[in-house]
Amino acid sequence: MEKPGQPALIYIDLHLIHEVTSPQAFEAMRNEGRKVRVPARTFATLDHNIPTVDRDRPIADPDSKLQVEMMKKNCRDFGLELFDLASPDQGIVHVIGPELGLTQPGMTIVCGDSHTATHGAMGALAFGIGTSEVEHVLATQCLWQAKPKTFEIKVNGKLAQGVSAKDMILAIIGRIGTDGATGCAVEYRGSAVAALSMEERMTVCNMSIEAGARAGMVAADQKTIDYLRGRKFVPKGADFEKAAARWLEFKTDDGAKFDRELVLEAKDIAPQVTWGTNPGMVIEVTGKIPDPAAMTNDTARKSAAAALEYMALKPGTRIEDIRIDRVFIGSCTNSRISDLANAANIIKGRKVANSVQAMVVPGSQHVKEEAEKMGLDKIFLEAGFEWRESGCSMCLGMNPDILKPGERCASTSNRNFEGRQGKGGRTHLVGPEMAAAAAIAGHFVDIRNWGNH
Amino acid sequence: MKAFTNFTGLVAPLDRANVDTDQIIPKQFLKAVVRSGLGRGLFFDWRFTPEGKDNPSFVLNQPAYKGAEILVARVNFGSGSSREHAVWALQDFGFRAVIAPSFADIFFSNCGKNGLLTIILKPAEVDMIFDAIAKRPGYKLSVDLAGQKVSDDEGWSAHFEIAPHAKRVFLEGLDDVALTLEHAAAIDAYERAHPVPYPRA
Repeated sequence: MEKPGQPALIYIDLHLIHEVTSPQAFEAMRNEGRKVRVPARTFATLDHNIPTVDRDRPIADPDSKLQVEMMKKNCRDFGLELFDLASPDQGIVHVIGPELGLTQPGMTIVCGDSHTATHGAMGALAFGIGTSEVEHVLATQCLWQAKPKTFEIKVNGKLAQGVSAKDMILAIIGRIGTDGATGCAVEYRGSAVAALSMEERMTVCNMSIEAGARAGMVAADQKTIDYLRGRKFVPKGADFEKAAARWLEFKTDDGAKFDRELVLEAKDIAPQVTWGTNPGMVIEVTGKIPDPAAMTNDTARKSAAAALEYMALKPGTRIEDIRIDRVFIGSCTNSRISDLANAANIIKGRKVANSVQAMVVPGSQHVKEEAEKMGLDKIFLEAGFEWRESGCSMCLGMNPDILKPGERCASTSNRNFEGRQGKGGRTHLVGPEMAAAAAIAGHFVDIRNWGNH
Repeated sequence: MKAFTNFTGLVAPLDRANVDTDQIIPKQFLKAVVRSGLGRGLFFDWRFTPEGKDNPSFVLNQPAYKGAEILVARVNFGSGSSREHAVWALQDFGFRAVIAPSFADIFFSNCGKNGLLTIILKPAEVDMIFDAIAKRPGYKLSVDLAGQKVSDDEGWSAHFEIAPHAKRVFLEGLDDVALTLEHAAAIDAYERAHPVPYPRA
């Protein structure tokens, strides 16, 4: 229902929750004596603060342990399905939603996590909410929402060899800035987007929030249907084909007018590396650290200068000359099976540089299992990577996986904010192949030339 | 939620753009299971040195801004993570309003659920406030929500926009869930037509 100038009350088809942003919502539910309205539409996982080693042992950190125990109790008390650490379905919330077929085209999906737009890759309207809204959805299965502006981001043509979906989204954020899509729902379109696999589309949609957009989506097509067929929570048999036919109808009308538009040519996108303290501070791997003094905008100049001070980088330094200490391959952006396979392909038969500590954290237990079937774990381990259990891990460093002060990390995650991966840590965001190559070389390298290394 | 009342408060200047919620409250404070007491984590990495001492150069550690109730910052305040802890931390520290030229969506929405007023002013008006703070120690602003106006005691004022629904929620301190449950019949009808799409385990 919507009245002019008023937010509309929209029904939420799927609500995903995790241990960090839900305890206060359940506390409020208890205080008010409320029940979860539709328990069958809420699914819970443990991902943000869990350890990625020694899963069979109790969690060492008492605060993390308490949050995990509370999640279990809350799910038990309110009748919700939880994929806990013993579940084969456990994983990062934005990895398991699509993987289990919970995420379906045309759905409205929310989660107390800003990277919820990931699910938009399946043609769903998915966005992150705060804890008060988590409570609201638990109690009512609805949310008050103002209609967002529409933003078409079209990428034409074909990505060059060695250029990934991560590079595509980083290039977009670099172009429009971290608030370039505030207030907007983005639809990613164009031949380069259509050519992406489902997992690559998830990488692109995942980082919509880093441009300020709460929602980002790609219309469902035959790839979406093929991806979903046979997954745990999708309809079976004839019901699936019926659902699939309906899903394919969820697309933007021909000739529709968007509030805003941006067009990029895929051939112009090179591998990207962030140099600063937000994802919009990004440059091509062949580039140099920009000089704040050359920036005409006062705010941009001050922000860049502060970022370079934090990152301990000097203007004019070649990106490829930046040496790294750590490599993190994981996160809801880049921890799916194709991400791991692509990274493994780069490092096969090589060794991690002596000065580098590198780790791989699969996005889910299913990803881990599949990777092990493919022998990817052996490739990583033989190269000197650590091979971990699934979770958010060093993307936000709520568990023991953190950078030490001053350490510099090539990370496949989504945020290079100050202290994000550990107080004083310095994060450079890259795609999985670029991270893998940096682990071997000990510094950033242009993945397009990797064959020559 | 408590109803918002007009007030006059000391203004603290945070002269940074794109202040993200990881800065407003770092991850270690997200292990809390209650809303209260998070003020101790506010801007933790900026407020404290690695040794855990007050960082004297950080604005909120300066005696001039002790007791500030209004924070003024640059564009895209509250970007990044959806953590509502950022709002709870600002409130627990004593802030009742934040002024900036723009806010990130989720943070803005979270503020609205907790009664922390987010006031969007034009960049030139925000510049004016930063200038006034620099020139006039103890600079205060009065916030008039019904009148959608901020003003100082020398006659400067600026108008701000707020959606009618949000304004009502602030002024009356409405509970969103209770408001929504007024539409229970419509939700029931919708649910009858749209069954849960997942097969039972």
